[in-house]
Amino acid sequence: MNEELLNKVNQKLHEHFHGSVEKAELLYDYPVFTVNKEKIHNILKFLKEDEELNFHFLTDLTGMQTEDEKHLGAIYHLHNMQKNYRIRVKTFFPMSNPEIPTATDLWSAANWMERETYDFYGIKYIGHPNLKRILNVDEMDIFPMRKEYPLEDQTREDKSDKLFGR
Amino acid sequence: MSKKANKNTVSSADTTPVADTMEKEYSTLNLGPTHPATHGIFQNVLKMDGEIIHDAVSTIGYIHRAFEKLAERRPYAQITTLTDRMNYCSSPINNMGWHMTVEKLIKAEMPKRAEYMRVIIMELSRISDHIICNTIIGQDTGATTGFLYLFQWREKIYDIFEDICGARLTTNIGRIGGFDRDFPAKTWDKIRAFVKEYPKALTEFSNLLERNKIFMDRTIKCGPISAERALAYSFAGPNLRAAGVDYDVRVMNPYSSYQDFDFVVPVGTAGDTYDRFMVRQEEMWQSLRIIEQALKNMPDGATHANIPDFFLPPKEEVYNNMEALIYHFKIVMGEMDVPKGEVYHCVEGGNGELGFYLISDGGRTPFRLHFRRPCFIYYQAYPEMIKGGMLSDAILTMSSMNVIAGELDA
Amino acid sequence: MSKEIQRTKLEIAKSPEGLEGPGFFATKLEDVIGLARANSLWPLPFATSCCGIEFMATMASHYDLARFGMERLSFSPRQADLLMVMGTIAKKMGPTLRQVYEQMAEPRWVLSMGACASSGGIFDTYSVLQGIDRIIPVDVYIPGCPPRPEQVIEGILKIQELAKNESLRRRNAPEYKRLMNSYGME
Repeated sequence: MNEELLNKVNQKLHEHFHGSVEKAELLYDYPVFTVNKEKIHNILKFLKEDEELNFHFLTDLTGMQTEDEKHLGAIYHLHNMQKNYRIRVKTFFPMSNPEIPTATDLWSAANWMERETYDFYGIKYIGHPNLKRILNVDEMDIFPMRKEYPLEDQTREDKSDKLFGR
Repeated sequence: MSKKANKNTVSSADTTPVADTMEKEYSTLNLGPTHPATHGIFQNVLKMDGEIIHDAVSTIGYIHRAFEKLAERRPYAQITTLTDRMNYCSSPINNMGWHMTVEKLIKAEMPKRAEYMRVIIMELSRISDHIICNTIIGQDTGATTGFLYLFQWREKIYDIFEDICGARLTTNIGRIGGFDRDFPAKTWDKIRAFVKEYPKALTEFSNLLERNKIFMDRTIKCGPISAERALAYSFAGPNLRAAGVDYDVRVMNPYSSYQDFDFVVPVGTAGDTYDRFMVRQEEMWQSLRIIEQALKNMPDGATHANIPDFFLPPKEEVYNNMEALIYHFKIVMGEMDVPKGEVYHCVEGGNGELGFYLISDGGRTPFRLHFRRPCFIYYQAYPEMIKGGMLSDAILTMSSMNVIAGELDA
Repeated sequence: MSKEIQRTKLEIAKSPEGLEGPGFFATKLEDVIGLARANSLWPLPFATSCCGIEFMATMASHYDLARFGMERLSFSPRQADLLMVMGTIAKKMGPTLRQVYEQMAEPRWVLSMGACASSGGIFDTYSVLQGIDRIIPVDVYIPGCPPRPEQVIEGILKIQELAKNESLRRRNAPEYKRLMNSYGME
């Protein structure tokens, strides 16, 4: 069933957005599409509004940093409840220009999820109504989930790294 | 308040109430992070017109503990202790969800007995979560009795968890691959006794609140949300089912042998507090039904999968067998070989679809782990749900949504 | 103490040391006040995370905390004696906790329940305050993650001992002022 879904969505995306789909594969029973950043908003809109695909439910929206630490990625998990279709859409862009259009006009749930991704990775969502930090303190000026920043609080003096094996 | 009436003269034929002709001034009320009625710490700044709420702005993050960054540092078996502390009212469900995610990644075959045992534990913790939510709804309307009576039963569930894993609340129950050993015989007896005696207590609680006129007047039409708006806000779990959409991960994407069980998914109509309360009540009855079926049809067999790379070998073999010693060493030091790949797995938590998005680069710790936390996603809709209602309804709406601060902020 | 007087067999609270006579009982003011304070503390449950649920279980009927005098929970710091900090305190929450502590009137005690409040717990991260004793002085620490209700009760009993044996002049003494100044208060 997931092979069919992969082929169906792949075919439709090729019809309407030829050249934007970089990769389409089936990972552990999930069809995953890696698309170009330029058309991401139109692709998401198409996936939501197409009558047959109708991905009306945004399960998750998150971000990541690639292994080479030079690119950031935005990841969308979509779900069609009537037919039980689940897919994942990914798009990558360089860290020097982390801008991507917002998805809040398609799904209201994207509001806080995009704020969280901005807070963690610094991905700027163009068109977001209120893009500011949500989980960390407002005055923080780094994006803590990026690999270059450490996990621990550097100002603590009582937990010696030697004792903790670091 | 300095306002001027628009009309300078008020004649006896003038029937417009004076308040309508005055300019409106809104007051700001801070329902601050520390408040007895907010269960958890989050802040809401309300713009109020007297008692009616006009607008609200939520601030969260007061208990942000950086789970996702911590997870990148911990080996796979140690992340279970992190997942405990997300939705701490029903930690076993989080633990099982994480174990199933890793099992999906390593493509492990689970024996039926382990899956049925998992189902029993998950349903018991679902009952425990719903007890907290419903009794706190009762307490917020003034009925403390339910809280005191039903918390006794949570102690019995804690007893069962303590027998199995040693801890009451943050359980870290089970292992990647099943359970380390079968439940002790007295625990099976305790589970059977619970299933037999809990219906009486639940009926008592139902009689207290479900058809109680005061409770119904207080909770019907309080904080409603329509099904379309709920879907747009990616609601899941009892909150979505109360709005009318029958979406349950156990039915739609069954995991851990849920397809073998026969249960009903309760669905509400209006999406208000009363429907959320009733959906959770009915889910407790259905959970009892599932546990009964699991006890009756419990298959025999191994309690864990055959994955020596991830599952600690029995201690006798560690002391006598070289291979087992090596496996034991590797697993305890966290040097497990995980295949490279990415996987998303979701379970039906106490609040809805709890998802784990795991990207592994073949190392001993995950490359990226993201938790799809239902509380975080549906709490965005809170300002919309309380707009136009009164302050006391806002408090009740918040407690009926079962917002757990640990899951909100992660 | 006179031995001729027939004592009642019922002992509600252990009476402090003093001189007893027909119709009078002379003792130190400190002891009587300590007795009254210890057995009627009004706690402020500052529950943030998992330890809060264990506190709810301690307040419920199985482990009943009310039998130690803590029947009336106060959520207003102005009316509370004992600040029970239960759960992780993130750096975002720090100023709020400090404000709540400063609003409490003397004599006040602080109980830090759980590993996260005592030292940051398992969350050695950039966003978690590594122990509340960085911002407010703490009297009793209860370790555990979460501590069992019996451990919570033991912590409360230790606070009661502190309250019972505290000198009336302690809050005005220079050592106490020095302690407060080290936290930047008063």
